[in-house]
Amino acid sequence: MAVSSKIDTLAVPVDTLQKSGAPDSDWIMHHIVDGREIELPFLGYVHIPQFPLVFGIDITPTKHVVFMLIAAILVFITFLSIARNYKKSVIPRRLANFFEIFIIFVRDEIAEPTLGKNYHKFLPYLLTLFFFILFGNFLGLIPFSATFTSNIAVTSTLALLSFLMIQLGGIRHNGFFGYFKGLVPHGIPVWLLPLMIPVEVLGLFTKPIALAIRLFANMIAGHIVILALIGLIFFMGTIFIAPISVAFAVFIYLLEILVALLQAYIFTMLTSLFIGMAVHQEH
Amino acid sequence: MHFNFLVAVLVSESGGGGLMDVNPGLMIWTVVTFIVLLLLLKKVAWKPIITALDKRENDIKQALEQAEKAKDEAKKILDENQANLAKAGEESKKIIEQSRTYAESLKEQMIKESKAQAKKIVDDAALEIQRKKDAAFEELKVQVAEIAVSAAEKIIKESLDPQKTKRVVDKYLSEVKKN
Repeated sequence: MAVSSKIDTLAVPVDTLQKSGAPDSDWIMHHIVDGREIELPFLGYVHIPQFPLVFGIDITPTKHVVFMLIAAILVFITFLSIARNYKKSVIPRRLANFFEIFIIFVRDEIAEPTLGKNYHKFLPYLLTLFFFILFGNFLGLIPFSATFTSNIAVTSTLALLSFLMIQLGGIRHNGFFGYFKGLVPHGIPVWLLPLMIPVEVLGLFTKPIALAIRLFANMIAGHIVILALIGLIFFMGTIFIAPISVAFAVFIYLLEILVALLQAYIFTMLTSLFIGMAVHQEH
Repeated sequence: MHFNFLVAVLVSESGGGGLMDVNPGLMIWTVVTFIVLLLLLKKVAWKPIITALDKRENDIKQALEQAEKAKDEAKKILDENQANLAKAGEESKKIIEQSRTYAESLKEQMIKESKAQAKKIVDDAALEIQRKKDAAFEELKVQVAEIAVSAAEKIIKESLDPQKTKRVVDKYLSEVKKN
């Protein structure tokens, strides 16, 4: 339900543009969807060469792959230097001081309340997830870049990894059979089991699907709205609409900064919560 | 019309594909990137950072606990010192009081003793004087007797027989003694 309504809201501005005489939606989608070209400011386009197929799968890097790698490298360099700082002394300096807030936030506000005492096992995963998404979201806010976290393939893969993490966490703590037995709540009458088992199994899969679509839709929505607002200037054909468009675009951009931070938090928080629920099934 | 457009946006079309297209190559890239990043960071970043943070928190906790303990100890020592000081003051007062009474009694005793001694000396002196007086008197008596005798002898030698005279004088002297 939520998904289709979100797509509807996306479609409205795009639809309006099309009715007003645009040939198609390519101009707007070009900035949002993945592609084989990277736009460099003032230099033009760089075309990514075709890679050979691996097991019949085209693994040619796309625009989103490039920015994903950039984000990964940035995350790696940032936290490597921070780790160096901490190895030298326990006093945080500059970058370490700034990111320590986030690290401690993930540890004390996300991992510990949801996972309980042995949160240490999942902390590296949660931290990597949080900062990978955070850097990706913010990287997408830079002009000429692309938001790889607004790609459904990326978000579903991240959700899939979270799904595996949730199941592994549950199985490791409760045992293979104990975990699947614990999925169905205690004290349920036997005649309800044929209903409850499918519901619970379905529940396992809806969680990561919701994770994937939430991040994807949130990250793409702002970009589409900004593009639509700017596009309004050209389709109306008047300069007088520009101040309004720009004002609204700036507002949406600021909102996107908030959303970028918020979605990284929500994705991590929910993953941690689901792991916690799988580990402590009694609750 | 709405629906047609949606389908076009979601599943289409030229170039990089539609909004909802799932590119398996991209998924593989994501898995590889994320897992490599996770393993690398876990080794070189998260472990040292989390260890350092935990260590720092422990250090701060310990330092605070130690400070609290030191404070308690200092307070205890201060209390003890104050109690000791009060006790010492009390004691010194007692000692002064004691020595004062002792000195008082000593003074009294000494005065008494010296008075007694003085009295004794005076008594002795008086006794001695009496004794000396008596002795002098006795001697005087003898000398007077001799002088008188010799005088009388001189006088009587002129007129009387010395034996007769001596008898008279002795008789007289013994009368004097009796008196």
